[in-house]
Amino acid sequence: MNKSLLLIALLPLAAYADDLRLPLNAPPAFQAECGSCHVAFPPQLLVADDWRRVMRSLDKHYGDNASLDEKTRQTLEDFHVRNAGGRKVGAGRTAPAGELPRLTQTDWFLREHREVPRADWTHAKVKTPANCAACHTRAADGSYREREIVMPNGKHRKD
Amino acid sequence: MKIVIAVLTVLCAASAQAATPAELLAGYRTEAAQQAAGFQPSAQRGAEFHARRFGVSAKLSSCASCHTDAPAQAGRHVVTDKSIKPLAPAANAERFTDPAKVEKWFKRNCTEVVGRECNPAEKADYIAFLTGGR
Repeated sequence: MNKSLLLIALLPLAAYADDLRLPLNAPPAFQAECGSCHVAFPPQLLVADDWRRVMRSLDKHYGDNASLDEKTRQTLEDFHVRNAGGRKVGAGRTAPAGELPRLTQTDWFLREHREVPRADWTHAKVKTPANCAACHTRAADGSYREREIVMPNGKHRKD
Repeated sequence: MKIVIAVLTVLCAASAQAATPAELLAGYRTEAAQQAAGFQPSAQRGAEFHARRFGVSAKLSSCASCHTDAPAQAGRHVVTDKSIKPLAPAANAERFTDPAKVEKWFKRNCTEVVGRECNPAEKADYIAFLTGGR
Protein backbone atom coordinates (compact mmCIF):
# COMPACT_ATOMS: atom_id res chain seq x y z
CA MET A 1 0.00 0.00 0.00
CA ASN A 2 1.57 3.25 -1.04
CA LYS A 3 1.56 6.43 0.95
CA SER A 4 -1.03 8.30 -1.13
CA LEU A 5 -3.56 5.55 -0.62
CA LEU A 6 -2.98 5.72 3.09
CA LEU A 7 -3.50 9.48 3.03
CA ILE A 8 -6.75 9.11 1.11
CA ALA A 9 -7.91 6.59 3.67
CA LEU A 10 -7.17 9.07 6.46
CA LEU A 11 -8.91 12.03 4.78
CA PRO A 12 -12.35 11.39 6.25
CA LEU A 13 -10.80 11.38 9.73
CA ALA A 14 -9.18 14.74 9.10
CA ALA A 15 -12.49 16.16 7.88
CA TYR A 16 -14.19 14.99 11.05
CA ALA A 17 -11.56 16.30 13.43
CA ASP A 18 -13.23 19.72 13.60
CA ASP A 19 -16.73 18.35 13.34
CA LEU A 20 -19.17 20.21 15.54
CA ARG A 21 -22.30 18.57 14.21
CA LEU A 22 -24.70 17.57 16.94
CA PRO A 23 -24.54 13.84 17.65
CA LEU A 24 -27.44 11.97 16.09
CA ASN A 25 -28.14 10.10 19.30
CA ALA A 26 -29.02 13.24 21.27
CA PRO A 27 -31.86 12.64 23.73
CA PRO A 28 -34.95 14.85 23.15
CA ALA A 29 -34.12 16.67 26.41
CA PHE A 30 -30.93 18.01 24.83
CA GLN A 31 -32.66 20.58 22.62
CA ALA A 32 -35.58 21.06 25.01
CA GLU A 33 -33.41 21.75 28.08
CA CYS A 34 -30.02 22.88 26.77
CA GLY A 35 -31.39 24.80 23.80
CA SER A 36 -34.03 26.98 25.48
CA CYS A 37 -32.01 29.87 26.86
CA HIS A 38 -28.97 29.50 24.64
CA VAL A 39 -28.00 27.54 21.55
CA ALA A 40 -27.66 23.84 22.36
CA PHE A 41 -23.86 23.87 22.38
CA PRO A 42 -22.13 20.93 20.68
CA PRO A 43 -20.87 18.60 23.43
CA GLN A 44 -17.56 18.43 21.56
CA LEU A 45 -16.76 21.93 22.89
CA LEU A 46 -15.69 20.79 26.36
CA VAL A 47 -13.81 17.79 27.69
CA ALA A 48 -15.69 15.16 29.71
CA ASP A 49 -14.48 16.33 33.12
CA ASP A 50 -15.58 19.88 32.39
CA TRP A 51 -19.06 18.71 31.34
CA ARG A 52 -19.32 16.78 34.60
CA ARG A 53 -18.60 19.99 36.50
CA VAL A 54 -21.15 21.94 34.47
CA MET A 55 -23.84 19.28 34.74
CA ARG A 56 -23.34 18.83 38.49
CA SER A 57 -23.84 22.49 39.34
CA LEU A 58 -26.90 23.42 37.28
CA ASP A 59 -28.36 25.32 40.24
CA LYS A 60 -25.51 27.79 39.75
CA HIS A 61 -25.32 27.88 35.98
CA TYR A 62 -23.42 31.02 34.96
CA GLY A 63 -25.66 33.24 37.04
CA ASP A 64 -28.84 31.27 36.45
CA ASN A 65 -30.61 28.45 38.25
CA ALA A 66 -31.00 25.82 35.55
CA SER A 67 -31.84 22.89 37.84
CA LEU A 68 -33.37 19.79 36.28
CA ASP A 69 -34.99 16.72 37.72
CA GLU A 70 -32.28 14.14 38.53
CA LYS A 71 -33.25 11.68 35.79
CA THR A 72 -33.06 14.31 33.04
CA ARG A 73 -29.86 15.76 34.50
CA GLN A 74 -28.15 12.36 34.52
CA THR A 75 -29.32 11.61 30.97
CA LEU A 76 -27.85 14.89 29.77
CA GLU A 77 -24.63 14.50 31.74
CA ASP A 78 -24.13 11.03 30.21
CA PHE A 79 -24.84 12.41 26.74
CA HIS A 80 -22.32 15.23 27.12
CA VAL A 81 -19.64 12.99 28.61
CA ARG A 82 -20.15 10.38 25.90
CA ASN A 83 -19.76 12.98 23.14
CA ALA A 84 -17.26 15.29 24.81
CA GLY A 85 -14.36 16.77 22.89
CA GLY A 86 -10.76 16.85 23.90
CA ARG A 87 -8.48 15.36 21.30
CA LYS A 88 -8.73 18.46 19.18
CA VAL A 89 -12.01 20.36 19.40
CA GLY A 90 -12.64 21.76 22.85
CA ALA A 91 -9.23 20.85 24.15
CA GLY A 92 -7.27 22.84 26.68
CA ARG A 93 -8.94 23.44 29.98
CA THR A 94 -8.49 26.90 31.38
CA ALA A 95 -11.03 27.25 34.17
CA PRO A 96 -9.41 28.03 37.52
CA ALA A 97 -10.45 25.86 40.45
CA GLY A 98 -13.80 26.93 41.83
CA GLU A 99 -14.92 28.46 38.54
CA LEU A 100 -17.09 26.79 35.95
CA PRO A 101 -15.35 25.91 32.71
CA ARG A 102 -16.35 28.04 29.75
CA LEU A 103 -16.45 26.62 26.25
CA THR A 104 -15.46 30.05 24.98
CA GLN A 105 -12.19 29.87 26.93
CA THR A 106 -10.69 26.62 25.74
CA ASP A 107 -7.39 26.85 23.84
CA TRP A 108 -9.17 25.41 20.83
CA PHE A 109 -11.96 28.03 20.87
CA LEU A 110 -9.55 30.93 21.29
CA ARG A 111 -7.37 29.65 18.46
CA GLU A 112 -10.34 29.17 16.12
CA HIS A 113 -11.51 32.74 16.83
CA ARG A 114 -8.14 34.47 16.94
CA GLU A 115 -8.92 36.45 13.77
CA VAL A 116 -12.15 37.91 15.14
CA PRO A 117 -11.57 41.61 15.90
CA ARG A 118 -12.44 42.96 19.34
CA ALA A 119 -15.10 45.22 17.81
CA ASP A 120 -17.05 42.15 16.74
CA TRP A 121 -16.95 40.56 20.20
CA THR A 122 -18.23 43.77 21.79
CA HIS A 123 -20.80 44.49 19.08
CA ALA A 124 -24.25 45.27 20.50
CA LYS A 125 -25.75 42.33 18.61
CA VAL A 126 -23.36 39.83 20.16
CA LYS A 127 -23.70 40.37 23.93
CA THR A 128 -21.66 37.30 24.92
CA PRO A 129 -18.97 35.18 23.22
CA ALA A 130 -21.27 32.21 23.84
CA ASN A 131 -23.82 33.72 21.44
CA CYS A 132 -22.69 31.42 18.61
CA ALA A 133 -25.70 32.33 16.47
CA ALA A 134 -24.59 35.98 16.34
CA CYS A 135 -22.19 35.01 13.52
CA HIS A 136 -22.73 31.29 12.90
CA THR A 137 -26.06 31.70 11.19
CA ARG A 138 -26.98 28.02 11.42
CA ALA A 139 -25.71 27.37 14.94
CA ALA A 140 -29.21 26.54 16.14
CA ASP A 141 -29.13 23.58 13.76
CA GLY A 142 -25.69 22.57 14.99
CA SER A 143 -23.93 23.75 11.84
CA TYR A 144 -20.78 25.88 12.09
CA ARG A 145 -19.42 25.83 8.57
CA GLU A 146 -17.13 28.64 7.49
CA ARG A 147 -19.35 29.68 4.60
CA GLU A 148 -22.31 30.21 6.95
CA ILE A 149 -20.52 32.86 8.98
CA VAL A 150 -21.91 36.39 8.78
CA MET A 151 -20.13 38.91 10.99
CA PRO A 152 -22.22 41.36 13.09
CA ASN A 153 -21.56 44.14 10.57
CA GLY A 154 -23.25 42.02 7.91
CA LYS A 155 -20.06 40.99 6.16
CA HIS A 156 -19.56 37.44 5.10
CA ARG A 157 -16.48 35.68 6.33
CA LYS A 158 -14.96 35.51 2.87
CA ASP A 159 -15.93 39.01 1.66
CA MET B 1 -44.62 0.35 8.56
CA LYS B 2 -45.96 3.82 7.84
CA ILE B 3 -49.15 2.99 9.70
CA VAL B 4 -47.17 1.78 12.70
CA ILE B 5 -45.22 5.04 12.76
CA ALA B 6 -48.41 7.07 12.43
CA VAL B 7 -50.02 5.20 15.33
CA LEU B 8 -46.91 5.60 17.48
CA THR B 9 -46.82 9.32 16.72
CA VAL B 10 -50.44 9.74 17.80
CA LEU B 11 -49.82 7.72 20.97
CA CYS B 12 -46.73 9.72 21.87
CA ALA B 13 -48.56 12.99 21.29
CA ALA B 14 -51.41 11.82 23.50
CA SER B 15 -49.06 10.74 26.28
CA ALA B 16 -47.52 14.23 26.35
CA GLN B 17 -50.75 15.37 28.03
CA ALA B 18 -51.91 17.86 25.45
CA ALA B 19 -54.08 20.63 26.85
CA THR B 20 -55.48 23.92 25.68
CA PRO B 21 -54.67 27.32 27.20
CA ALA B 22 -58.32 27.52 28.33
CA GLU B 23 -57.98 24.21 30.22
CA LEU B 24 -54.78 25.34 31.90
CA LEU B 25 -56.37 28.66 32.84
CA ALA B 26 -59.39 26.81 34.28
CA GLY B 27 -57.08 24.57 36.33
CA TYR B 28 -55.19 27.50 37.88
CA ARG B 29 -58.46 29.34 38.45
CA THR B 30 -59.86 26.39 40.41
CA GLU B 31 -56.68 26.18 42.48
CA ALA B 32 -56.73 29.91 43.16
CA ALA B 33 -60.41 29.84 44.12
CA GLN B 34 -59.61 27.19 46.72
CA GLN B 35 -57.19 29.62 48.33
CA ALA B 36 -59.38 32.71 47.94
CA ALA B 37 -63.11 32.13 47.42
CA GLY B 38 -64.62 33.94 44.46
CA PHE B 39 -61.30 34.39 42.60
CA GLN B 40 -61.73 35.51 39.00
CA PRO B 41 -58.79 35.66 36.58
CA SER B 42 -57.99 39.15 35.35
CA ALA B 43 -56.23 39.88 32.06
CA GLN B 44 -55.59 43.40 33.37
CA ARG B 45 -53.76 42.11 36.47
CA GLY B 46 -51.85 39.71 34.20
CA ALA B 47 -50.76 42.61 32.00
CA GLU B 48 -49.56 44.57 35.02
CA PHE B 49 -47.67 41.52 36.27
CA HIS B 50 -46.04 41.09 32.85
CA ALA B 51 -44.76 44.67 32.85
CA ARG B 52 -43.87 44.95 36.56
CA ARG B 53 -40.20 45.44 37.32
CA PHE B 54 -39.52 43.17 40.27
CA GLY B 55 -35.94 44.31 40.67
CA VAL B 56 -34.77 40.89 41.87
CA SER B 57 -32.47 40.34 38.91
CA ALA B 58 -30.69 43.30 37.35
CA LYS B 59 -30.92 42.07 33.78
CA LEU B 60 -34.07 39.98 34.05
CA SER B 61 -36.10 42.55 35.92
CA SER B 62 -39.51 41.79 34.38
CA CYS B 63 -41.24 39.24 32.16
CA ALA B 64 -41.13 41.88 29.44
CA SER B 65 -37.32 42.04 29.66
CA CYS B 66 -37.12 38.99 27.41
CA HIS B 67 -40.69 38.51 26.20
CA THR B 68 -41.10 42.19 25.13
CA ASP B 69 -44.06 44.46 25.87
CA ALA B 70 -46.04 42.74 23.13
CA PRO B 71 -46.27 38.99 23.83
CA ALA B 72 -47.53 38.31 20.31
CA GLN B 73 -44.03 39.23 19.15
CA ALA B 74 -40.93 37.08 19.32
CA GLY B 75 -38.66 37.95 22.22
CA ARG B 76 -34.97 37.79 22.94
CA HIS B 77 -33.12 36.49 25.98
CA VAL B 78 -31.39 39.57 27.37
CA VAL B 79 -28.31 37.65 28.50
CA THR B 80 -27.75 35.15 25.72
CA ASP B 81 -29.60 36.95 22.89
CA LYS B 82 -31.34 33.73 21.90
CA SER B 83 -34.62 34.38 20.13
CA ILE B 84 -37.75 33.33 22.02
CA LYS B 85 -40.96 32.39 20.23
CA PRO B 86 -44.01 34.53 21.03
CA LEU B 87 -45.74 33.83 24.36
CA ALA B 88 -49.24 34.54 23.09
CA PRO B 89 -51.03 31.40 21.88
CA ALA B 90 -52.58 33.47 19.07
CA ALA B 91 -49.08 33.92 17.63
CA ASN B 92 -47.61 30.57 18.70
CA ALA B 93 -50.04 27.65 18.88
CA GLU B 94 -47.60 25.55 20.94
CA ARG B 95 -47.87 27.83 23.97
CA PHE B 96 -49.79 26.60 27.01
CA THR B 97 -50.51 23.17 25.56
CA ASP B 98 -48.11 21.09 27.67
CA PRO B 99 -48.88 21.35 31.41
CA ALA B 100 -45.47 20.02 32.49
CA LYS B 101 -43.66 22.54 30.32
CA VAL B 102 -45.84 25.39 31.55
CA GLU B 103 -45.17 24.47 35.20
CA LYS B 104 -41.46 24.12 34.54
CA TRP B 105 -41.12 27.58 33.04
CA PHE B 106 -43.40 29.29 35.55
CA LYS B 107 -41.25 27.81 38.30
CA ARG B 108 -37.97 28.71 36.70
CA ASN B 109 -38.80 32.18 35.45
CA CYS B 110 -40.81 33.24 38.49
CA THR B 111 -37.97 32.19 40.80
CA GLU B 112 -35.52 34.19 38.76
CA VAL B 113 -37.58 37.29 37.95
CA VAL B 114 -40.07 37.52 40.84
CA GLY B 115 -37.75 36.02 43.43
CA ARG B 116 -40.22 33.28 44.43
CA GLU B 117 -42.57 30.80 42.79
CA CYS B 118 -45.76 32.28 41.37
CA ASN B 119 -49.09 31.35 42.94
CA PRO B 120 -52.08 29.90 41.05
CA ALA B 121 -53.85 33.28 40.97
CA GLU B 122 -50.85 34.93 39.27
CA LYS B 123 -50.61 32.08 36.77
CA ALA B 124 -54.34 32.32 35.97
CA ASP B 125 -54.09 36.10 35.51
CA TYR B 126 -51.05 35.70 33.30
CA ILE B 127 -52.68 33.18 30.97
CA ALA B 128 -55.81 35.35 30.90
CA PHE B 129 -53.60 38.24 29.77
CA LEU B 130 -51.79 36.20 27.11
CA THR B 131 -54.98 34.74 25.70
CA GLY B 132 -56.73 38.09 25.71
CA GLY B 133 -59.00 36.96 28.52
CA ARG B 134 -60.62 34.32 26.34
